[in-house]
Amino acid sequence: MRNEMKIQFSALSQNESFARVTVAAFIAQIDPTVDELTEIKTVVSEAVTNAIIHGYENKATGMVYIEAAIEEDTIHLTIRDEGLGIRDLDEARQPLYTSKPELERSGMGFTIMENFMDSVEVISEPSYGTTIHLTKYLTKNKAMCN
Amino acid sequence: MGLAVNLELKHTVLCIRLDGELDHHTADMLRSQVEEYLRKHTVNHIVLNLEGLSFMDSSGLGVILGRYKQIKSQNGEMVVCAISPAVKRLFEMSGLFKIIKLEEDEELALQALGVA
Repeated sequence: MRNEMKIQFSALSQNESFARVTVAAFIAQIDPTVDELTEIKTVVSEAVTNAIIHGYENKATGMVYIEAAIEEDTIHLTIRDEGLGIRDLDEARQPLYTSKPELERSGMGFTIMENFMDSVEVISEPSYGTTIHLTKYLTKNKAMCN
Repeated sequence: MGLAVNLELKHTVLCIRLDGELDHHTADMLRSQVEEYLRKHTVNHIVLNLEGLSFMDSSGLGVILGRYKQIKSQNGEMVVCAISPAVKRLFEMSGLFKIIKLEEDEELALQALGVA
């Protein structure tokens, strides 16, 4: 059975915590490990932070949209903004690359998403915004089944 | 949940103790608190105690790297201690351990800097 949820919220940094905790609470239904839950919270934080800092350049009038779906042991996440978009996706996904070094960005956001998820797809169009599709397969403890 | 920042000067080593969650929102606050402290006090080295840190993302890496660069520019060192496995993974992924020393606890971190 597929189970879905959607949230949308203002592009404010104080909502980063709200976003990752809400997604984690939804995902908790399919019993991820503590490590898997931390990974999900971290990638949500990365994607939402990107939307706020890069998509909307810290303008709180923008909205961030999250859709999450759980199906068996699979988690699908879509995190979307209607902001500026990314001009060069290959460059943006390079480890340690940042377009905003003056803000002390580490340039590790996409690298962390790629390390913690099984698939990361980024669709971006300048001035229309960015959509990130993330998928993760949980490694279920089979001994728990019986 | 936010972030509580505790700053204490031991000799000339600034001990930064973090309790809570370090993300983009709280990183800005941490950066300005530490920068203000460094302006007002004579600090040679920094010990970053992450024992109470329950969550961190790449914004945390950025602010830590920023403070490392700041203390390094004054010929100081930074030692990180009491790090959780989750935070350790992020440090390893970003290569931060190549420049920042890691110790088990604050006592050992201070010893490494020749202070304890």
